[in-house]
Amino acid sequence: MEQLLRVAVDGLSFASYLFLVSAGLTFIYGVMRILNVAHGSLYGLGAYMAAWLVLRLWPGGAPGALALPPVWSYGVLLLAALIIGLVVGPLLERVFIQRVVDRGEVIPLVLTFALFLMLEDIMKLIWGVNPLGADLPYAMLGAVSLAGVNYPVYPFLLTGVAVVAAAALWLIINRSRFGKLVIAVIADREVSRALGIDVPRIYTFAFTLGAVLAALGGAFSAPMISVVPGVSVEVIILAFAVTTIGGLGSIGGAAIGALLVGVLRAAAVHYVPELDLFVIYALMTAILLVKPRGLFGGVEVRRI
Amino acid sequence: MTLEERSLAAPELAGRRLPRALGLLEASGAVRAAVAVLVVLALVAPLLPGWLLFLLTVAFAKGLVVLGVVLLLRGDLVSFGHGLFYAAGAYTVAFALRWGVPVRDAAPLVLLGTLVATVVAALVGLFIARYRGIFFGMLSTAFTMILYSLLLKLYWLTGGTDGLAARPAGILGLQPAADTLRLTQYYFVLVLTAAVTYGAYRLAASPLGYLMRAIYDNEIRVEYMGASVRQAIYRTYVISGALGGLGGALAAVAVGHVAPDLAYWTSSGEFVFVALFGGAGSVFAPLLGAVVFEFVRNYAFKLSPYTWQLLLGSVLVLVILFAPGGLWSLLERLAQRARGGKRS
Repeated sequence: MEQLLRVAVDGLSFASYLFLVSAGLTFIYGVMRILNVAHGSLYGLGAYMAAWLVLRLWPGGAPGALALPPVWSYGVLLLAALIIGLVVGPLLERVFIQRVVDRGEVIPLVLTFALFLMLEDIMKLIWGVNPLGADLPYAMLGAVSLAGVNYPVYPFLLTGVAVVAAAALWLIINRSRFGKLVIAVIADREVSRALGIDVPRIYTFAFTLGAVLAALGGAFSAPMISVVPGVSVEVIILAFAVTTIGGLGSIGGAAIGALLVGVLRAAAVHYVPELDLFVIYALMTAILLVKPRGLFGGVEVRRI
Repeated sequence: MTLEERSLAAPELAGRRLPRALGLLEASGAVRAAVAVLVVLALVAPLLPGWLLFLLTVAFAKGLVVLGVVLLLRGDLVSFGHGLFYAAGAYTVAFALRWGVPVRDAAPLVLLGTLVATVVAALVGLFIARYRGIFFGMLSTAFTMILYSLLLKLYWLTGGTDGLAARPAGILGLQPAADTLRLTQYYFVLVLTAAVTYGAYRLAASPLGYLMRAIYDNEIRVEYMGASVRQAIYRTYVISGALGGLGGALAAVAVGHVAPDLAYWTSSGEFVFVALFGGAGSVFAPLLGAVVFEFVRNYAFKLSPYTWQLLLGSVLVLVILFAPGGLWSLLERLAQRARGGKRS
């Protein structure tokens, strides 16, 4: 029982940040038909920016020169995600990705892989290669006792962020003008263009929204991990697994996929630690073989 | 993508910029140049320093894997998972040596590695030949990540992140001393590479080669013609996997060590990277790409260990945006200009 609770709690926190990254990845794919490998880098940039800002403002966990109250560090995490998402997202899309959006699926995939390689080094150039550990927001929340076992509270906050992000995304897509335009573009690029929708602009917005989600995932997981070069490499491949399992282009699918992968991995870590990665990719393969479009990919029609 | 969707997508496909030199038959000039390069590579080898021989040996081995990736690219299929075969070939050599197979010679071990990878490709191909586009790439990634997770975690079998040694006792009955080992390996890999490239050259001009090109243009028309797309893709996939295994086994022998990273997704990404970097316009392009890539990486890494990926990434971005045919198309353009730009 205690073990099961642990699996559930660990799985939920793992699923939360996986969802944040995967939702952006799947949204961008749904709109632009581009599988964005550089999405992992946006996660990494978000994590680095957040950790760096927190360490700057509260060196050693104590209020620094600006003497800001430590509670503000949560706002700083959000700020870091917005800075990265709103600056780097449009930059990547406008300068590089927009140029290849009509060149099939392979070329954009490889282009984003190239961008991914570049961003890996850019992160090292900016923040060095030593790990950044900014656990102030994590430590401040302390722990809570559930059924006699202590659990850190911070992962629950992460889950909260994921839920809020999911709700916001749902509202944006289903209740805003931008959402309606996005749905039109997904349904038919050419007709949308003919109707006067500025498709490249929709692409830029969609990509930026996805980038913000990835950076949010990075920024809010930064306090739980030690931010080192290479965080992006692991995250993107897991996000691939999640989006494939849920169905590329489906945000609901990303949520289910993230939960499945999160809980499965947590269970494997507790019961068969040798297979913690294997189960994820085995599930990914099995889903691809049985339902290539994923659990929620549907046949074609609308994906979001 | 189903066939029906493909036919709907046809107008879009036709408007796409094809690499200019997707021709299957090489210009005779290219063949003559390749033979000349081969002769030079064979003749100058004894004069080259050990590190250069090693670099070229590894580049040729990886070039073979890239050649396999290119064969699939010609049918518009991107395998983001050739690390699967690369690692299968490499680990076969290491396992065979570790578990006391009586043969300690490199040649039969490389053959064994190639066979194992071929069998893996024949099995995976049964499933993957149905997939196109992004799903083909995803499924190939999934398979290589499965192998990676096993190689990484089954410590008692694979040595985990430490990997395993792969040092055969000799090559083709020769027992080269330490100072001639590199040279012997170099010749061994060079001869194999030349033979396999010739095979790929013939393959490109065979019905299967033409079929792959037709599939690139329009899959549904190939079906209407009466040819089996799935069979053509399956066969090409198996051949491609065999090349991956051969490259992996050769690289393992040259490096003397194998590690799970060979199967990680970034390793597969690198092969696709080199494939586009070299270009898909010729069977010689992957080798050219692999050699230039290894040089650039070697020097960039020495000059600045924190920015070599930045450099490589920038080069690839430039190639994709401004030279879609890769290095090979640039060479061709140069050659054309040298001849006065009349013949193509």
